[in-house]
Amino acid sequence: MTDAPAISVRGLTKRFGDKTVVDDFDLDVARGQIHGFLGPNGSGKTTTIRMLCGLLVPDGGSGSCLGRDILTEAWEIKRRVGYMTQRFSLYEDLTIRENLDFVARLYGLDRRREKVDRALDRLGLAKRSGQLAGTLSGGWKQRLALAACVLHEPELLLLDEPTAGVDPKARREFWDEIHTLAEGGMTVLVSTHYMDEAERCHRIAYLAYGKLLAVGTVAEVIAHSGLSTWHVSGPERRIGTLARDLASRPGVEMVAPFGATLHVSGSQAAALAEAIAPFRAEPGLTWSEAKPSLEDAFIHLMAEAPAQNGAPSR
Amino acid sequence: MRSGPHFAWHRLAAMVVKEFIQMRRDRLTFAMMVGIPIIQLTLFGYAINADPRNLPTAVLSQDNSSFSRALVTALQTSTYFRVAAVAQDPEMLDRMLARGEVQFAVEIPTGFGRDLMRGDRPALLVMADATDPAATGNAAGALDRIVQSALTPLLDGPLAGLAQGQPPVDLRIQRRYNPEGLTQYNIVPGLMGTILTMTMIIMTALAVTRERERGTMENLLAMPVRPVEVMIGKLAPFILVGGIQVLVILTAATLLFHVPMVGDPLVLAAGLLVFIVANLAVGFLFSTVASNQLQAMQMSFFFFLPSILMSGFMFPFRGMPDWAQTIGEALPLTHVLRVVRGVMLKGNTMIDTWPDIWPMLAFLGAVSLLAVMRYRQTLD
Repeated sequence: MTDAPAISVRGLTKRFGDKTVVDDFDLDVARGQIHGFLGPNGSGKTTTIRMLCGLLVPDGGSGSCLGRDILTEAWEIKRRVGYMTQRFSLYEDLTIRENLDFVARLYGLDRRREKVDRALDRLGLAKRSGQLAGTLSGGWKQRLALAACVLHEPELLLLDEPTAGVDPKARREFWDEIHTLAEGGMTVLVSTHYMDEAERCHRIAYLAYGKLLAVGTVAEVIAHSGLSTWHVSGPERRIGTLARDLASRPGVEMVAPFGATLHVSGSQAAALAEAIAPFRAEPGLTWSEAKPSLEDAFIHLMAEAPAQNGAPSR
Repeated sequence: MRSGPHFAWHRLAAMVVKEFIQMRRDRLTFAMMVGIPIIQLTLFGYAINADPRNLPTAVLSQDNSSFSRALVTALQTSTYFRVAAVAQDPEMLDRMLARGEVQFAVEIPTGFGRDLMRGDRPALLVMADATDPAATGNAAGALDRIVQSALTPLLDGPLAGLAQGQPPVDLRIQRRYNPEGLTQYNIVPGLMGTILTMTMIIMTALAVTRERERGTMENLLAMPVRPVEVMIGKLAPFILVGGIQVLVILTAATLLFHVPMVGDPLVLAAGLLVFIVANLAVGFLFSTVASNQLQAMQMSFFFFLPSILMSGFMFPFRGMPDWAQTIGEALPLTHVLRVVRGVMLKGNTMIDTWPDIWPMLAFLGAVSLLAVMRYRQTLD
């Protein structure tokens, strides 16, 4: 059983009314990996995660989590999976320790006190254990939520935008913790909007409009996008007008300003080179061929995806 | 001046428009606001009658004279009484009254007709279940006239003299269980049931709804916990709260209102426990149906109103038409009122109260089953 992949689903589909929120979704996640889950708002990330842990029943498709059927063995999956919701969903009118005690009792953990103490220590919450959860700041709430969902030592951790609205330092620490957990053998599926977080994952999956558009390592996803990118820097005034000049040229698919630098991208390298040729010699502009960023690749993938009505995130 | 510092119509308009939009969005609440008054108006308008008639009456006749037969017929034709049972002995009469099977018991003694003709003024004993004085008052008040009109036609010829002066019969009306006709004997035990209904249902009606509104439901559902565990876990603390309420009300009832405690407190406790749990289950069911706390509150009141109006708490149960009594029989409050009055005022035993305990158990079973079925284990 332990050799079964952490997640293996085929053709997963979910509809809310006449909106297809997740459409024919396939995913394999090997044990011990940190798998990033990216996509624009309303792309179906939360819905997919909820189907994986038995909170939603798929309308189509099949698959397993930790070797257990997601359609018939939701109970077993719930016992061995930790799920951290997007919105803080512990009890605000309980203290930190009371929340952890509640979770520990629910899972029937032995040596409960010891485990709760250890969790409090590890997350640096020991001194604040008597504080009401509702009075914590965003970053601390997120730490508490993580502590609560790893308390029963799950084999698979599902994190739904765990770092939304959290400051960079807290985010960094959170990711260090996730890596520590993964080294201990835990598999992690984490959805995020942050590119730097995506780059800290072993593999990533990119979902848009309910469809899986790309999956692989960061380098593979960038390469798969087939994008070429040039950076051009120059005087601030010129950069503004240059962005408009370039955007209208055939072969140029994306122009994004980063301060005084423009990232100019297109999927046909030759067409892109031709498009920028008239500007290459312009004095004051510095051109360099660059590696496309993950963000460039994603925006490109999204633009290429069949545009539908964006379904609301559920 | 578009924006006055103290009050501005456009700001008020903004608020009013927003409130109307939100009200219209919550379809269920809107439907309940319009629908509930219509249902209640028709329901209660036809059901409630403060002058109950056709009260079930048991008769023990130890005399077979034309006088006793005329009396029984007169009771029946008065429309206040309906002879529902014929008793064989005084013990049976007492039992039927104690269990609330009949509202009145009439005992015609041996030699009634003979004594009457002799002018000995035989006793005619009418016992009323006076736990609810309002239910028996009018009928008891009409007795004198009924007896008079029943006997007068028979008192002719040689007996004509008996029709004058003192009534030929010594009519004795016994107000059982509440001889002074004190309304608080009825109201205070009744209030116990009503207060419990209100608090128990409202407290649990918010139980699941609150989890859903605060977003904690998602976390709860993601963890391995069974619906029945959630339900019992959420109800358990309120059983204790209900118990404390009972103690407070009972203390006040005996110390302040001097309501007697004739029966066994343990029997009362058993009946109240079933009642409390039944109400908590109703609240839990509402909370699985309601999508927000406002709806949960409305449903609680929707259940609460028929409970107080159709259970016999506010208006005599037997004053209602048959269809309304059938509805009333389904409500736990109806039965707990009988248990509380029965134990406190009549000294009923467990065996006497069982006919009112099993319907509450059945109600509890049905509601719990429905609630567990309604409780969704997914977010679908």
